[in-house]
Amino acid sequence: MKSTIPWLIAAVTGCVMIGAYFIPYTQSWRDEAAIWFEILAAIAFVLGGVNLFTQHLQKIAARRAGWGYSAITLITFVTTLAVGVLKIGVQSENPNLPWSGHYQFEGGAMWWLFEYAYNPLQATVFAMLAFYVASAAFRAFRAKNTEATLLLVTAFIILLSQTYAGTWLTAWVPDDYPAATFPGMKAIILGVFNTAGQRAIMIGIALGVAATSLKVLLGVDRSYLGSDGD
Amino acid sequence: MLNLLKNLDRRWIFLAMLLAVSGPILAQRPFPEKPTKLVQDVFDYVENLDEGSNVLLALDYAPSSDGELAPMATALIRHCCLKRHKMFFMTLWPDGLPLLGRNIENILQTEFASLNLKEGVDYVNFGYNPAREVVIIVMGTNLRKMYPRDVNGTDLDEIPLTANISSLQDMKLIINISAGYPGMKEWVQYAASPHNIKLAVGSTAVQAPQAYPYYPNQMLGLLAAIKGGAEYEAALAAKYPQYDDPKFKEGIRRMAPQFWAHLLIIGLIVLGNGIYFAERLQRGRR
Repeated sequence: MKSTIPWLIAAVTGCVMIGAYFIPYTQSWRDEAAIWFEILAAIAFVLGGVNLFTQHLQKIAARRAGWGYSAITLITFVTTLAVGVLKIGVQSENPNLPWSGHYQFEGGAMWWLFEYAYNPLQATVFAMLAFYVASAAFRAFRAKNTEATLLLVTAFIILLSQTYAGTWLTAWVPDDYPAATFPGMKAIILGVFNTAGQRAIMIGIALGVAATSLKVLLGVDRSYLGSDGD
Repeated sequence: MLNLLKNLDRRWIFLAMLLAVSGPILAQRPFPEKPTKLVQDVFDYVENLDEGSNVLLALDYAPSSDGELAPMATALIRHCCLKRHKMFFMTLWPDGLPLLGRNIENILQTEFASLNLKEGVDYVNFGYNPAREVVIIVMGTNLRKMYPRDVNGTDLDEIPLTANISSLQDMKLIINISAGYPGMKEWVQYAASPHNIKLAVGSTAVQAPQAYPYYPNQMLGLLAAIKGGAEYEAALAAKYPQYDDPKFKEGIRRMAPQFWAHLLIIGLIVLGNGIYFAERLQRGRR
């Protein structure tokens, strides 16, 4: 029973989604299922928050290695949550409704956190990739065999073509031979070799997804429901 | 010497990258860009759409990709404003909502203040929905099921611009700028293909190779990373000379650090392989 009811919900919803694709009459059923999914997706955020809170709290309580980072995570989590829910610093749009302003009101605490903490922190972490990529390229990108050499040559062409250097270096090539320019080579690599490979991967994945979905719908695969011990 | 290079402290590489990136930022010397067919196709489609056409702009990315995708988002929205297209904004990424608001404020309300674009008449912000690809599937036939109200809580039936909009099929063009899931793939699979809606895609560099199989049948063009944004800015400047100004060429400006960073990486790969082959030669002699 513990796994049968969730399986029935998944199977019926899955069948409705598939049916709606072929039978326009059942599209309204699909729309209803979609709203349930929307609600579940929103609840997942709450569950995620609760999970994050308990996990880090346990780590702090047990004084496990790195518990200081967990403390910072919890402080920032609670601060952001409180600032957003309580709409701190947000001016109300209607004087009769004190909390009527948008939580992202410019100048509000949430807006401030996003603009001056979250945004620059995310950009910084992402920008640091350039430094690690450069270091990795120096230490690990070796022409050790034929496959690695092909990868290396492809990387050279793409790296050059993604900047003005590629255009400039092959500017002398007559217009009748675009494939001899770096941008032309990039177009061939991405449009022919990459597309062929990507299509093969995509078709393989699609077949795998179809097979797995059928197993889920028919109740053959119930691993997504967790084990009995869970 | 070989030993010194082999054991080179990576902080020297970090320093070299810092100089390669910061030098061009300070020097402000951009390189010229020429739109490729992938970008020009998108530009031509936006340009040739009838004035005031419905265009959905789905900006599915977070601040981590803002540096890479913001220039193309700005250029595309700017082009839509120039053509007085009706714009419908939305995002499937929770932290994409403030970026939507920023684009609306900086471009529609500030840069194009003279056009006096009105919310609800010239543009609508649907906001964020957490249901991922299901949002796209349902919007294909019933927009109100997923977005009964706009971001301000106003019923879509009370908004002049959306009063007669029932589904994605009322859009002349969907522009999706994405950094991952949900994004480009989902818009192709659940909007462009089943409903035959024109789709233009902007994506991060790492995601771009996955988009090529869909061109040109399921998507009319692709703007890949900073370069895609820079090329779109170049196309815009060629058609509208008033945009041939450095302040409207953020993508082109960002291409200069990329130029030197790429050259540095190529140089490091060559150096690394030089060390590797020199070592092999030494070992062979022994």
